Amino acid sequence: MLKVKDLYVSVEDKEILKGINLEVNTGEVHAIMGPNGSGKSTLANVIAGKDGYIITSGEIIYEGKNLLEMAPEDRAREGVFLAFQYPVEIAGVSNSTFLRTALNEIRKYKGLKEMDAREFLTYMREKMKTVEMDETLINRPVNHGFSGGEKKKNEIFQMAILQPKLAVLDETDSGLDIDALKTVAQGVNMFRSKDNAVVVVTHYQRLLNYIVPDFVHVLVDGKIVKSGTKDLALKLEDKGYEWVREEEEINEGTR
Amino acid sequence: MALRKEIMERVYSKDWYLSLFRELEGSLNGEAGSDFHNMRKAAIDVFDNLDFPTVKHEDWKFTNIAPLLNYNFAPVGADKVSLDRSNLLNYLIKGLDTINVVLINGHLSRELSDISNIPAGVSIENFGDTIHNNSQLISKHFSKYAKLENGFVALNTAFAHNGSVINISDNCILEKPIQIINLNGTSDNTFVLSQPRNLIITGKNTDVKIIESYYSLNESDISFTNVVSEIVVGENSNFELYRIQKENHGSFQVSRTQSEQKRNSKLTIYTITTGGALVRNDTNTVLNGEGCECHLYGLYLTNGTQLVDNHTFMDHAQPHCLSNELYKGILDEHSRAVFNGKVYVRKDAQKTNAYQSNKNILLSKDVTIDTKPQLEIFADDVRCTHGTTVGQLDADSVFYLRSRGLSKESARRVLIEAFANDIFEEIKVEPLLEKFNSLIFEKLK
Repeated sequence: MLKVKDLYVSVEDKEILKGINLEVNTGEVHAIMGPNGSGKSTLANVIAGKDGYIITSGEIIYEGKNLLEMAPEDRAREGVFLAFQYPVEIAGVSNSTFLRTALNEIRKYKGLKEMDAREFLTYMREKMKTVEMDETLINRPVNHGFSGGEKKKNEIFQMAILQPKLAVLDETDSGLDIDALKTVAQGVNMFRSKDNAVVVVTHYQRLLNYIVPDFVHVLVDGKIVKSGTKDLALKLEDKGYEWVREEEEINEGTR
Repeated sequence: MALRKEIMERVYSKDWYLSLFRELEGSLNGEAGSDFHNMRKAAIDVFDNLDFPTVKHEDWKFTNIAPLLNYNFAPVGADKVSLDRSNLLNYLIKGLDTINVVLINGHLSRELSDISNIPAGVSIENFGDTIHNNSQLISKHFSKYAKLENGFVALNTAFAHNGSVINISDNCILEKPIQIINLNGTSDNTFVLSQPRNLIITGKNTDVKIIESYYSLNESDISFTNVVSEIVVGENSNFELYRIQKENHGSFQVSRTQSEQKRNSKLTIYTITTGGALVRNDTNTVLNGEGCECHLYGLYLTNGTQLVDNHTFMDHAQPHCLSNELYKGILDEHSRAVFNGKVYVRKDAQKTNAYQSNKNILLSKDVTIDTKPQLEIFADDVRCTHGTTVGQLDADSVFYLRSRGLSKESARRVLIEAFANDIFEEIKVEPLLEKFNSLIFEKLK
């Protein structure tokens, strides 16, 4: 589904990603872990199409298409979804109006009939249950005055509504207490299926107790230095990122 | 008969309007010696003396009216344009039953207006008729609030003849809004001068909504509307004015809305400007009784080379009053906007609460905004705040919406509508809210 090939990315002359290779297939959940500043969010943002990143080399192939050539909205319409680390507050637009507009843009693109307000309401009510979304948050302006936890829940709620094929969750666990974390994880687990894929970007192993990944990659200084199964995450939790760094240095030394 | 002038010195413009005044006098048939006409004569002398303002005047520093003086605008007869009720449909507000007052090039049209068969407690009359029929009302209120402090008000006062007089009796709760529809234009390329003069007087304990709209009859006419409205909001009354300015892109409008509030009254004015080449609004209020509330909301959407200038003057003359102003602008292409809001708190106006805010979004590098919130306070126990912001659409918000599947254009539109939205938060009349939203939508298309 997603192939990241030898991707190099800079921001204002500073090289952030230094040759990323990653392959994600349908039905898989991948976790990308790494210390602060390792380039995790950059990778997530580049997949979603945010401005300000310079791709110096490499490519991203999504469903056989060159993702980097697509506008952010076309990526979304093709099924790419980014749950933001810092969701944006938009005063003056209600959450439900915004979501219906977004869903209908995607449906139009796919040649499906747009949902009218009534149909959407029924559909939305059903999805609200999956993340225990409060009714009052639906009618409030998008993320406006939401707590940190409510914002993150809203991202997962949007994912449930839009039903993407590839969901990238950027530090969705940050700032969540344990109850909110469980709710968010439950929303992601209900979303998981053999037809879609999830990439979880996180600093801590904690979230992975609830969203169990098939693969774990460790990103350090712009490179994936280690890949493995969920046991790798536990080892990281136990030994810290220093351990991978040291191993990396040993490997470099013996090469 | 009005021909486009070559570029001439401004002094000739003044002469042009003085000559129009002599024409008016010639047509008065015996009225020329009346008390009312003496007021007109006094006003034309003031105009002669003041002339049109230039950018050297502090109040006109950012708005150069020179383009307006390139044309010889002239009044046109009431018989010049014939419309029937079906033509009015475009200007009505969908889903809202209104009492309509139709002014065509400033003349009140009896055929199109609902001046008979209106609810008890309301009277609507042509201004010129009131001069004869109710000279008492005229001498009590006319020119008592809108002072002849600039050339435009003086000019309107000198020509006071057209327009509407709306009188609301004590205790009248008017369910239906009154809509004053101003339509300008002819079909023969005349440069139309329209100078409506409105007088709106409400008694005690009344509740009234007025919609004041301005449209051009066609896209090619160039008109100049110089309108003055004097409004008295009676004791314990609620008065709402919804102003829609959507004339074509060649037209000029200078307006003065001067309100006088009595004890415990509440006045709310919305001003939505999407049309016009040059629009200058002076929205002035005297809070002249204790316990008054005044809310001014403005929204201007400009593009091309439009210039929209909103001046407000909030005169806190009495204690325990509240005023609140929120003006928002969205400027695109080469357009310009001016906001100048003055809050004046007099010595006796203790316990005043006054808030003022002007926010602007600039969509192009070539736009100009001059914004100047002003406070002048002579009382010592007051709470006043003012502020202004100028910025662009937030790039992170645009990206957030695009990442959910909205195109760049629709993301921008959603954010612009959202920005404008809080202006309308207090509007309880659903069809008006929809009208305002559709005005924004049309403009952004």
